[in-house]
Amino acid sequence: MRRLALALLLGAALGARAAEPAAAPSPAAPPMAQPLHADVAIEARLTALSRELRCVVCQNEALSDSPAELAEAMRREIRDLMKAGKSDQEVIDFLVARYGDFVLFRPPLKPLTYLLWAGPFLFLALGGLAWTLALRARRGARPAPVNPAQLAAAARLLDDKP
Amino acid sequence: MKRWLPLGVFLVLIGFFAKGLFLNPREVPSPLIGRPAPVISLPVVGDAQRAFTTADMKGQVWLLNVWAPWCVSCREEHKFLMALAQSRTGPPVVGLNWKDRNREAARLLAFTGNPYVAVPDDPSGRAGIDWGVTGTPETFLIDRDGIVRFKHVGPIDPVVWQNKFVPRLKELGA
Repeated sequence: MRRLALALLLGAALGARAAEPAAAPSPAAPPMAQPLHADVAIEARLTALSRELRCVVCQNEALSDSPAELAEAMRREIRDLMKAGKSDQEVIDFLVARYGDFVLFRPPLKPLTYLLWAGPFLFLALGGLAWTLALRARRGARPAPVNPAQLAAAARLLDDKP
Repeated sequence: MKRWLPLGVFLVLIGFFAKGLFLNPREVPSPLIGRPAPVISLPVVGDAQRAFTTADMKGQVWLLNVWAPWCVSCREEHKFLMALAQSRTGPPVVGLNWKDRNREAARLLAFTGNPYVAVPDDPSGRAGIDWGVTGTPETFLIDRDGIVRFKHVGPIDPVVWQNKFVPRLKELGA
């Protein structure tokens, strides 16, 4: 029972960690709030890129899905940057310089985020360690050694010799 | 001892969740802190001939208060900003009029008083994007060299002012 509770807790901790990257929307995201504009290529790039970006008002929604006014303004900004010939990376740099890494659904690997990225593996290692220790403890649980005098006494009784 | 381990783990988790529950999700650290203030160059509310640029504030410690006439918590904050302006103890405050599509700012300020040294007009919200604005009100503290030193999300009241702004202003010698 105790072990089950521990496993559940570890599972919950792992689940909580794993849920973060999963916040990115599924491929079947609902259509954007605004109709497509004339330049289909730019719209396609905008849609693809804005799935990777966070709406800074609604926070858990992707920029591509959000009907918020600020999200619309940010999409317009991205559209203008793309029309000006900026690459996807340049657009991302533009937004990160203003809103921080928070706009990215995939946080970049840097000293501040090492724990975030290593966290799931850390928890897995901790769980593995706890499991190994539990198994070892169970294996070690043999009957306590009996002292020779008691054994001899028991043998005498079994043999039923006077 | 071993029997209490799951309870211990559980309590640690509860501790983390409780902390998370009381964090303000809007308080996202601004990447602008320690960096030069983004340039604003916009016409001023009520006088389209006059322009405000961030260069006007060079050499002063100043505040950029992002507000809007449609913003309810800004009305509450406005009372504090008026009191601050009347006391003449605070730094100059520039009020960025953010996404005022209905053009109400001039009328509202004439009615309730104007605590700002200048009110640049940003109807499209484009200057707001340069400052990483996510909503109103937000207030930035800029030093003499034009470096952004601090950002506060949400209205300023006397407590916020005393705890968050006064020490930093003292540090900057303003």
